[in-house]
Amino acid sequence: MHVVVIGNGVTGITAAITIRKLSATHQITVISSESEHFFSRTALMYVYMGHMQYQHIKPYEDWFWPENNINLQQGQVTYIDVEQKQVLLDDQATLNFDKLLIATGSKPNILNLPGKELNGVQGFYSLNDLQTLEANSKDVNRAVLVGGGLIGIELAEMLYTRCIPVSFLVREEHYWGSVLPKEESQMIQSHILAHGIDLHLKAEVEEILGDASGKVSGVRTKSGEVIPCQLVGLGIGVFPNIDLIRNCGIKTNRGILVNEYLETNIPDIFAAGDCAELEKPDQQKVVEQLWYTGRMQGETVAYSICGTRKKYERGIWFNSAKFFDIEYQTYGKVSARLGPEEGTLLWQHPNRKKSIRINYLLHTQEVIGFNLLGIRYRHEVCERWIREKKTLDFVLKHLKEANFDPEFYRRYEKEVLRKFNEQFTATFALKDKG
Amino acid sequence: MSNHQESLSIGYNYQDETDTIQKAALALFAVGLLLLVLPLFSFNPEVNTFFLWGGTTLSTLALLLYFFRTYQKSHPGVRNNGVWLRGSTSRGKIAWVTAVVLTGFYIILYWFPQYLGNLIEALNPTSQWLRGKPADHWFLYGSFYTLAILVMGVRAILKYRHSPYQIIRTISVMLFQFLFAYLIPAFLMLLNEPEFYFSYFWPLKYDYLFPGTLGYLAKEPGALGVFMVFWSVIISLIGVPILTYFFGKRWYCSWVCGCGGLAETAGDPYRQLSDKSRKAWKYEVAIIYPILGFIVLTTLLLWLNSMLGGWILGSLSNGFSQAYGFFIGAIFSGVIGVGFYPIMGSRVWCRFGCPMAAYLGLLQKHFSRFRITTNGGQCISCGNCSTYCEMGIDVRWYAQQGKPIIRASCVGCGMCATVCPRGVLNLETGPQEGRYMPTNLISPENIRILN
Repeated sequence: MHVVVIGNGVTGITAAITIRKLSATHQITVISSESEHFFSRTALMYVYMGHMQYQHIKPYEDWFWPENNINLQQGQVTYIDVEQKQVLLDDQATLNFDKLLIATGSKPNILNLPGKELNGVQGFYSLNDLQTLEANSKDVNRAVLVGGGLIGIELAEMLYTRCIPVSFLVREEHYWGSVLPKEESQMIQSHILAHGIDLHLKAEVEEILGDASGKVSGVRTKSGEVIPCQLVGLGIGVFPNIDLIRNCGIKTNRGILVNEYLETNIPDIFAAGDCAELEKPDQQKVVEQLWYTGRMQGETVAYSICGTRKKYERGIWFNSAKFFDIEYQTYGKVSARLGPEEGTLLWQHPNRKKSIRINYLLHTQEVIGFNLLGIRYRHEVCERWIREKKTLDFVLKHLKEANFDPEFYRRYEKEVLRKFNEQFTATFALKDKG
Repeated sequence: MSNHQESLSIGYNYQDETDTIQKAALALFAVGLLLLVLPLFSFNPEVNTFFLWGGTTLSTLALLLYFFRTYQKSHPGVRNNGVWLRGSTSRGKIAWVTAVVLTGFYIILYWFPQYLGNLIEALNPTSQWLRGKPADHWFLYGSFYTLAILVMGVRAILKYRHSPYQIIRTISVMLFQFLFAYLIPAFLMLLNEPEFYFSYFWPLKYDYLFPGTLGYLAKEPGALGVFMVFWSVIISLIGVPILTYFFGKRWYCSWVCGCGGLAETAGDPYRQLSDKSRKAWKYEVAIIYPILGFIVLTTLLLWLNSMLGGWILGSLSNGFSQAYGFFIGAIFSGVIGVGFYPIMGSRVWCRFGCPMAAYLGLLQKHFSRFRITTNGGQCISCGNCSTYCEMGIDVRWYAQQGKPIIRASCVGCGMCATVCPRGVLNLETGPQEGRYMPTNLISPENIRILN
């Protein structure tokens, strides 16, 4: 049984490793055009900032692959022959497969604007983008970053460590306003400003300006402002990287359409991770583009490939990020805007670098989500409380169990409780049991 | 808040830009160092003392100014920017020059101390005042060793000021070195008591359980000698296992020990240079445990010998001390251990050579409540934890599988937890039962099955 995996990102590699765990005899080949070995995409920024070198962001030493009999092959897949069960590579080689996993990940979105093809305009996703950024950020007086999400702020931090002035254009009213509630967003904005980042809210690019040599020289925003710059970083999201799949007979929409078992419309061909679009039984279609979901889908699909069909279940939502120095963890459901049935308890540290938000359902008081900035909470505990629908007063009484901050750190359970009592004096107050 | 804050970005003080104050501080530091070595060429003891003290004061103050300025400009948080882009911290030319200078210093110190004569002489007044006897090269070495821990300790506190764990731990190693490994031994000498280090134990200070040493201490007039015997035996054999059971190996290696103290302070800029490969781990195991075994065996033999009136080994004790002291004490812990900081990282001795670390490690692995917990499925495999582990542990290997990290070599410095950008790691103590249990939110990739 030969399993071919296209893509050596976290999804493809997790699948390959899980297949090996399930079976010592499957022949496994992982094809990548990006890099010889698996690396942590989330760590690319740390290579640019000099925290690590490329070798450090490879989660496995090079001996790992031959020792576990996982073949790594470099090459660009040009066509998948679903009839012959063959993969064609750019060097004309062909590879026969019994089962195929497509885990080709994403591509950065490109703004459809005049000037997008100029030198010095780039996204930040791949190893290649990192090298491009090294070249593009030499002799730069100012960089403009477009897009108020995670890639945008990562780029801002990266350029900050190279002492490059940055203008950061965010389309929304608040930073990452589609995900973060206003208070969290404002805390991060003030942190961004404290780093000397020139933050523009409600700002959109109209045109990227270039000079005679084809190099970017500035941007013009929709409000007419011209910001001179030599580098434009795009952090406006990603889309499934499936150009090569489109004419192979595999059903696609935004991504490769798969069912809950991560199977495509063609037998023995699977897709998982960023490139897959999950069709749920209720006809809802989702593309999940996180490190964590990529890992989970890779693991699930390995079971299906090995003959034990397993449904992909996302479980209780969790995610994490870091905005310059502020760590962010979230568990369960915390939307940017409260739903009509939802209540929220928010405690913020007076110095505005730490906050705890607990969301709950108004009628049952059951806790549905946590948002944490600058404070670490235990994944297992939050997940269990949400899964078991614990009420707000239960959670507040046991809040200590959730804390995951290092020893000697100040704890804030009492402050959170006080905040709660302020908010609910009229109804009921909880005693602090120390 | 206005939407547009352009003024902030003009003339902004970037933390990673070396400014005039920092440059001036570095220049003053260089001048201080020059003054410091001038006594090597001069012969008037009074002038020498002036140069030595002037140089030391100037370079210390200049360095402190540099650190204060550096971290004053930066926000509290993980500051490893440029560590792998600068030659000095990534085995570049400056690193090699530093290593050669440090190694050269150790070679002179151990084998040619006569060349340090003028410096030692210049320290005589201090030594007389502090210890009531003339300075020797060990006093010179001890003084600069302690100064290095104190000055670089201030740097560590500034650098990790966002982490109470790192601040308290750093203060601890600074105090233990300054009080227990410097002032108190000197004070004991002043009082004509035996020079004794209350912060060093067998098997690191291997002769502290040798019959010769204990016999000599017990014969000292007054109760202090007997207390020292009691202290040595009780801490080495009972205190160490109990403390390690409750806190893990870290209570000693990264809170008390002087070798660890230097590694955590002066060695902090080099912690990322430790070798994380599986090969290095194999060397580690193959070297450190035989050294521990050798010390345990020798100690037992010496006691047997002493009980049998010396007919097994005769006067071997002396010969042993000299040979071990030379190969392990001098070459391993000094020349390679510290001299190679800028090339091999700050814990080479602790990881490959220290018998105390081996002893504590075995206790930590098998009889301790300590572990580093992984926070559910939150690991992003970035590798900061492994990179900044001074003991060369591939922390990420465990974290990305949701497993707790329980390794004999872990000294509990807490840096993996400090540098983790997602708050995934935490040093914890808890019941031994279920200590190795991975989280149920992620499936361990436990495979290396084919070999």
